[in-house]
Amino acid sequence: MITYEWLYWLAGAFFAVWATLSLRDRLFGNAAFWGLLAGSFFIGSHLPDFINGVLVLALVAIAGLGGLKRSQPATSSSAERDLLSSKLGNKLFIPALIVPVMAVAGTLLYNYTPLHETGLFEARRETLILFGIGVCVALVAAIVWLRPPALAAAEEGRRLIDSIGWAAILPQMLAALGAVFALAGVGDIIGGAAGSAIPEGSIFLTVVVFALGMALFTMIMGNAFAAFPVMAAAIGIPLLVETYDGNPAVIGAVGMLAGFCGTLLTPMAANFNIVPAALLELKDQNAVIRQQIGTAIPLWVCNVIIIYVGAFLLWN
Amino acid sequence: MNYWPLLGIALVVVGFALRFNPLLVVVGAAVATGLLAGFDFVVVVEALGKAFNDNRYISVTWIILPVIGLLERHGLQQRARAVIESVRGATMGKLLVIYLLFRQLTAALGMKDIGGHPQAVRPLVAPMAEAAAEKSHGKLAEDDREKVLAMSAATDNVGLFFGEDIFFAIASILLIQGVFESYGYPLTPLELSVWAIPTAICAFIIHSWRITALDRRLARVRQEVLEGGAA
Repeated sequence: MITYEWLYWLAGAFFAVWATLSLRDRLFGNAAFWGLLAGSFFIGSHLPDFINGVLVLALVAIAGLGGLKRSQPATSSSAERDLLSSKLGNKLFIPALIVPVMAVAGTLLYNYTPLHETGLFEARRETLILFGIGVCVALVAAIVWLRPPALAAAEEGRRLIDSIGWAAILPQMLAALGAVFALAGVGDIIGGAAGSAIPEGSIFLTVVVFALGMALFTMIMGNAFAAFPVMAAAIGIPLLVETYDGNPAVIGAVGMLAGFCGTLLTPMAANFNIVPAALLELKDQNAVIRQQIGTAIPLWVCNVIIIYVGAFLLWN
Repeated sequence: MNYWPLLGIALVVVGFALRFNPLLVVVGAAVATGLLAGFDFVVVVEALGKAFNDNRYISVTWIILPVIGLLERHGLQQRARAVIESVRGATMGKLLVIYLLFRQLTAALGMKDIGGHPQAVRPLVAPMAEAAAEKSHGKLAEDDREKVLAMSAATDNVGLFFGEDIFFAIASILLIQGVFESYGYPLTPLELSVWAIPTAICAFIIHSWRITALDRRLARVRQEVLEGGAA
């Protein structure tokens, strides 16, 4: 059975290559950072929690002390790219499309045909595993077709990962922060505070506090999944469903979407908001959030209205 | 109740606002929160290490970078621009509105892995949007160029977030179902996912309007430049 552990070995190999190439360029901070990450992928499953924690602190120390530098591996000039682009034509899109097609078509094929009975992939992990397979196929296809110099693929990958820099592990780090928040009981404190902020007797204002709590707590945690159980337990179920007799399906579904509006507004949702700014090499790391504010706020208002109308006015 | 752990949240807000390195802010906040909640330093480091290790799958996706980089070396972004330049009547507004609709519909059908920032936005959508904007408005000022790129990324996010919940077999729907079931309210995923549709429609209307508003603003800037040049 193919499990996540296989993917970790694959990713570990990629990061180890980037660490080695950084070493060759005498970028020692980069080499240490990507090397530690490679180590985490290779043997993280077999290390005690405390050693993994020390590894996290070491990664953060390197990034925090400015140890990660932009690298400048040799690449093609923009004139060469124009020339290659017209020579190679639209076929250039094919390797780029292999990965999503493999992940999506593969997942559908695997789940809706007897293939899943083979148990080839670890349960519920098939999409990411197929993504990994798709990357390998696309990489081999591109190398066979384009015949680049031996290290070109690795060096181009390093150019991109170094332009992303520390932001590359921020989403994973935020997930770890969420776990510590949960351990410290932050959710219960917030839920209690939100629950006590409710004006009595007004269904509409209770809906507003519920939706606002979802959005704000999502902004703090960086994802609505952490906020939902807390807000549902504090307000959604005891007040909106039980006291005011609202439609639970609407309160649950649209409450979650009110949280998604918060996701659009927070640097804590790094993989959606901060990583793309780094990927697109924007000067302002909050540029993507700035473009989302004007959509998120009116949409949040729509969600409040949808809950109020759908769960109460139409339901009772 | 012990409210001190909330100081960790304050640290995150202040740290991000003061533009400290976000990794430093996040781990600093995690350690502070754990200590303020009364846990031993070793326990906090262990919790951090375990959670980081359990979430390695999040960072696996970077293995796509050599493919994207190799194709970019051979002119992928230039190709994406050339395609848009060859389409008559292509504008940034139309392009991003079509991408928004495409992203919402495919996500609603469970295909949320079509699209995404490293795979689609950087190599394809953003260069296409920039090319379309330059086609109708001429060479963009640096700030405007950044707005167009950021709007491309924003469009991918909005399309994904407000499409995916229409698909009933998705993690967030299963989470809602699980939470309500534990309080004695059994709901089916389908009952929940139909209620994602009104918000999806609102999201399409609001965000399309914002995309076209940006396009109109760029046209106005262009107009002012032209008039300024004539005078």
